[in-house]
Amino acid sequence: MANKNYEKLIYQLEANGVLVLTLNRPDKLNSFDDDLSFELIEALKQAEKDKNVRAILLTGAGRGFCAGQDLQSRSVSQSNGTAPHLGDSIRKRYMPIILKLRTIEKPVVCAINGVAAGAGASIAFACDYRFAVEEASFIQAFIKVGLIPDSGACFMLPRLVGLGRAMDLMMTGRKVDAAEALSIGLVNRLCPSDSLMAEAMAFCTSLAEGPTKAFGLLKRAVNKAMDTDIEAYLNYEADLQEIAGRTKDFKEGVSAFTEKRAPVFSGQ
Amino acid sequence: MSSSAAMQPQMDLSAFQFIIATVDEQVGVIQLNRPDKLNAISIPLMIELVDCLDWMDKSDDVRCIIITGNEKAFAAGADIEQMAKATTMEMLLLDQFARWDRIRKIHKPIIAAVSGYALGGGCELAMTCDMIVASETAKFGQPEVNIGVIPGAGGTQRLTRAVGKAKAMEIILTGRMVTAEEALQCGLINKVAPVELYLEEAKALAKEIAAKPPIAIRLAKESILKSFDTTIEGGLDFERKAFYLLFASEDKQEGMNAFLEKRKPQFQGR
Repeated sequence: MANKNYEKLIYQLEANGVLVLTLNRPDKLNSFDDDLSFELIEALKQAEKDKNVRAILLTGAGRGFCAGQDLQSRSVSQSNGTAPHLGDSIRKRYMPIILKLRTIEKPVVCAINGVAAGAGASIAFACDYRFAVEEASFIQAFIKVGLIPDSGACFMLPRLVGLGRAMDLMMTGRKVDAAEALSIGLVNRLCPSDSLMAEAMAFCTSLAEGPTKAFGLLKRAVNKAMDTDIEAYLNYEADLQEIAGRTKDFKEGVSAFTEKRAPVFSGQ
Repeated sequence: MSSSAAMQPQMDLSAFQFIIATVDEQVGVIQLNRPDKLNAISIPLMIELVDCLDWMDKSDDVRCIIITGNEKAFAAGADIEQMAKATTMEMLLLDQFARWDRIRKIHKPIIAAVSGYALGGGCELAMTCDMIVASETAKFGQPEVNIGVIPGAGGTQRLTRAVGKAKAMEIILTGRMVTAEEALQCGLINKVAPVELYLEEAKALAKEIAAKPPIAIRLAKESILKSFDTTIEGGLDFERKAFYLLFASEDKQEGMNAFLEKRKPQFQGR
């Protein structure tokens, strides 16, 4: 399948089923202007529909992962003296990205190759798994310009690191280096910068060979668990397991287990 | 309802072109089948749907009916191509919505099993049913104002009765889509299930109802619908007469005997 051309994003589907999405505005630390945010929304929609995509690896080009909102871009500019409509900007640009990262029924891994600031950090938090280089850093810079952490940060960060640590990071806007990020559970794995993509790709390859349908159901379960009571959750879980129990991959998994061999999952 | 086999109308369920009709375990399932048009409700489709509903209503093999579409669309409205060039007089003389009134006259319970789009006429069709089970991906809406008209198959009346004035005003005047979650919260639908299971959930509900005494179910449905058309006094009067009427049924005797004898009732539909 042809890899669609994006201008500020690289969409590269590998033969192993891993889609590598690279934020590609390196001269601006991959900060989000309107184009990049709309391209990322489009790319995630395309990945959702494409059955050949079985895992997604999100990273940034150059020395940074993503510096967040490009404050010069037109949708947030204050140049004409009136207040920008940040609410509209979030609803149209960041909300669809965060929602899609959380609800797309394939694993999404983030390879944080440098600084992740503002919405750039928030997007990393919304992914399912995080690799970071030793030089990476996370900054919830919003409060320093008089805004609240957006793009889902107040939702995801307390769940990742606990409320106390999340409040510290969001109220101070201080920089968290990679070592601290690893120790508080903000990232899953650290690696040297020259092996980041190889390690992240190896991990994504194993995910892409996994039971994709079950990964999708797992994400649905976790999302439901984050916003309902235990009884409703358990009911929902029963429904999802009912669905998982009918997949080809469950059948294959059980056969492989009894035959003492490695399963070959189709994702169905 | 019991009738001799000879009185049952004949119907070749495989002869339909725009719907797929099946009967299984006393549940009749009608699937709208114009997938390339997102199941837009054309006049030929409506004719088949109503004919099939009429047959299922009379058939002894059916006790509860499900109307469904496919995962992507329950029904995405009326056929706009058909209406784009129509004049007032043509619409009036065609009177296509009159056919919809016959759905309301069906005695057996009808469940809409909705996934994907239920817009315009599709939303109205779902609301004309007695209950709605939806998939998480369902989207309801009355977008008619966006093309210069208003709902014409009961939308302004049924949505208002289902969700109240303020919510109905907002949904119809903006033409926006309503998610399954929101539809559940505002009382438009009965249940939400994962997309893989919504039809099964609807069938489970249908089977549960199909196991009840059919005459009681019929009179309960009639009494509930009566509440939309009448004063509380008239409605209570209707309900009371229906209640007394059921004392003439064999199933009432069976139901009460079974209760007293602590066993499961065997209802015959008499």
